[in-house]
Amino acid sequence: MPYEIPTIHVILLGATLFTIGMIGVLVRRNMLVILMGIELMLNGANVVFVGYARLLGDMGGHIWALSIMAVAACEIAIGLAVLVTLYRDRRTLDIDDWQLLKEKQVPKEPEFPG
Amino acid sequence: MTEINYLFLIPLLPLLGFLFNGLIGRNTSNKLVSLVGCLAPVASFAVALIGFQQLVGISTPSARILHQELYEWIGSGIFNIKFSLILDPLSVVMALIITGIGSLIHLYSTGYMHEDKSYARYFAYLNLFLFFMLVLVLADNLLLLFVGWEGVGLCSYLLIGFWFDDLDKAGAGRKAFIVNRIGDLGFFIGMALLFWLFKTLNFGEIRNAIAQNPAMIGAGTATAIGILLFIGAAGKSSQIPLYVWLPDAMAGPTPVSALIHAATMVTAGVYMVARMNCIYALSPVATGLVAFIGALTVFYAATISLAQNDIKKVLAYSTISQLGYMFVAVGVGAYAAGIFHLMTHAFFKALLFLGAGAVIHALAGEQDIRRMGGLREKLPVTYWTFFIGVMAIVGCPFLSGFFSKDEIIWYAYAGPHGHWLLWLLAVASAVLTMFYMMRLWFVAFTGEYRGSVDSGEPGANHLHPPSGWMKFALIILAAGSVLSGYVGIPHMWKSLAGVLGLQNLLGHNHFEKFLQPVFGTPLLSGRASMGAVPGAFVPTGLNNWSSMIITLNLLVVGLVMAWAIYFRRPEGDETFQKSLPGLWRLLQDKYRIDEVYGLIFVKPLIATGKFLDQRIDMGITAVTDFFGYCSYLFGRGFRSIQDGHMQTYIMAMTLGLIIFVLLMAII
Repeated sequence: MPYEIPTIHVILLGATLFTIGMIGVLVRRNMLVILMGIELMLNGANVVFVGYARLLGDMGGHIWALSIMAVAACEIAIGLAVLVTLYRDRRTLDIDDWQLLKEKQVPKEPEFPG
Repeated sequence: MTEINYLFLIPLLPLLGFLFNGLIGRNTSNKLVSLVGCLAPVASFAVALIGFQQLVGISTPSARILHQELYEWIGSGIFNIKFSLILDPLSVVMALIITGIGSLIHLYSTGYMHEDKSYARYFAYLNLFLFFMLVLVLADNLLLLFVGWEGVGLCSYLLIGFWFDDLDKAGAGRKAFIVNRIGDLGFFIGMALLFWLFKTLNFGEIRNAIAQNPAMIGAGTATAIGILLFIGAAGKSSQIPLYVWLPDAMAGPTPVSALIHAATMVTAGVYMVARMNCIYALSPVATGLVAFIGALTVFYAATISLAQNDIKKVLAYSTISQLGYMFVAVGVGAYAAGIFHLMTHAFFKALLFLGAGAVIHALAGEQDIRRMGGLREKLPVTYWTFFIGVMAIVGCPFLSGFFSKDEIIWYAYAGPHGHWLLWLLAVASAVLTMFYMMRLWFVAFTGEYRGSVDSGEPGANHLHPPSGWMKFALIILAAGSVLSGYVGIPHMWKSLAGVLGLQNLLGHNHFEKFLQPVFGTPLLSGRASMGAVPGAFVPTGLNNWSSMIITLNLLVVGLVMAWAIYFRRPEGDETFQKSLPGLWRLLQDKYRIDEVYGLIFVKPLIATGKFLDQRIDMGITAVTDFFGYCSYLFGRGFRSIQDGHMQTYIMAMTLGLIIFVLLMAII
């Protein structure tokens, strides 16, 4: 009987990957690294899907993992294209430099009536 | 009743003129604007004449109604109003006056307004006015009449304030509009009452309903309806107490004063009361009120006219006074006499206003009679036509005003609802009319020229002679002022007709006979021996000949007095001023009624408005502002989390997710 990896190990691996990715997303400034963090999170989720699929003998989990990979590929293709465009525009990928949707000026406060 | 298919053309043609001049007139030449603007009423007059010819072609007088139903305007349960027009003897008389005199005034306007920058707008309004006025007189139900009624009010407002960059003139237009609204409210309530009673607003149906069962409407209800409708008529025809707008309406261009504020629109009230004669016949109180207010207005306005120095103001008060005569006539039950005076008045008052307009035009806007005089050499056509107008209005024998006014004075005493007091007021006012018109004539036209405009070389400050079309309109109207009385020579002249061998001309009163289908049995104003028609009333006491002779004698007294005071003496006012200074000032200030109204109505209204604005409305606003401020504070709380750092958002999302998962785990 070949050595069977316990499911809990697989789950822990997935959780670890997800957490590392999330911390990367939360703390890093560079958008490229944030994008990498998102990929790690997606793959952490994939690992968990596959682990449970093996445990439960359900092919659904495998299919989900494959579709997530496809979606991740699309996402990274678009994301990288956006990053290249942003970089060309301003020569920076610092996430704090890109706040175009924030309202520029705080409007004057209305006076309290009466 | 005969159905015909061309009646809609009468109001439609001026409407087309309005659309053309209003929409594209500005971008075309003045020549095209005048052509379209004048052609519309002339063509409309031609169609009215065709209608008149067809109408008199019908041999039975009671069948003389031409009718055209255009479409059903309002159809809602029992409330059915059709957009349909009728041409009966009364409305054809009105339509001919409106389109005929309207055409002349349009032609006159081409000369009078030729220098105005808003030439096309002027003609557009004038055509629109004709459209609404024709809808008013051709309508076969009260609601459609009301559409025309409001429409002419609108045009009156637009034309009084035609030179709206002068704030006083714009204010005069507003005053006319607001005072008319007060009257219209009465009219509208009266109309609602009528509908409530008869379930219809069609004139013919109301008339038939009353004819079948006169008891269906009680005297009290008839009185209420009559008085309410008369309130509307008093507003439109400027009777006491709603007359105050008409003198101010003189702010408009003079041809407008002639057309709207003398010949046509202001007579709409008389027309309406005459049209609703079946209601007034049921209520002696309402007719008495109409006659009494009319008589009071005749006298009152005539006294104010004595002391005015603005040529248009004199004519305006004179118009109010003459309208009062018409109300006396319809109030005492002599409807045909009222409409007869309406027609003759339309001729001579339009003539007087256009003559005054020609003088104002010639003297570059001068309206003060003290700075006129000596116009015989300068403006001979205006001088002589104006003289004919003056003679017609004062009741000089054998001119139109003589026949119509004398008939009214007689009926004021002897009509079905006549009274000696009405007669007395009517005669006294006729004498006053003689006096103030002769004063106007002597001061403004005769004697030495006292104006500032010199008649020498051309320039900004030279005398403008009237244009060809202006002279044309004046001459035609002068002819009308002389001749229009001969269509309705009262019956009293019959006895003279035999002596003179003029049986066909004198004493037949074709006019009254023509209107008989609308007004019922003619009132035979002859002697008892001639009152051969059963049911016709037989007056006693004062004889119609003696009434006329008394009036004429008093008129001569008025003429002699005016002659003595004003002939070759433009400063004649001083005589009056010195002997009765208080009365003179009171008359010159128009009895200070405007000030009284200002104190009683306008000031409290403005004060109420200010109170509501600054106390009530501001208080309500403060409450709603408070809630507005609360939502602002609420929003401000959420502003800090929208800081633009994407990682803050992700952090919030993550924390939320964690809390959510923890909660799931606990529960």
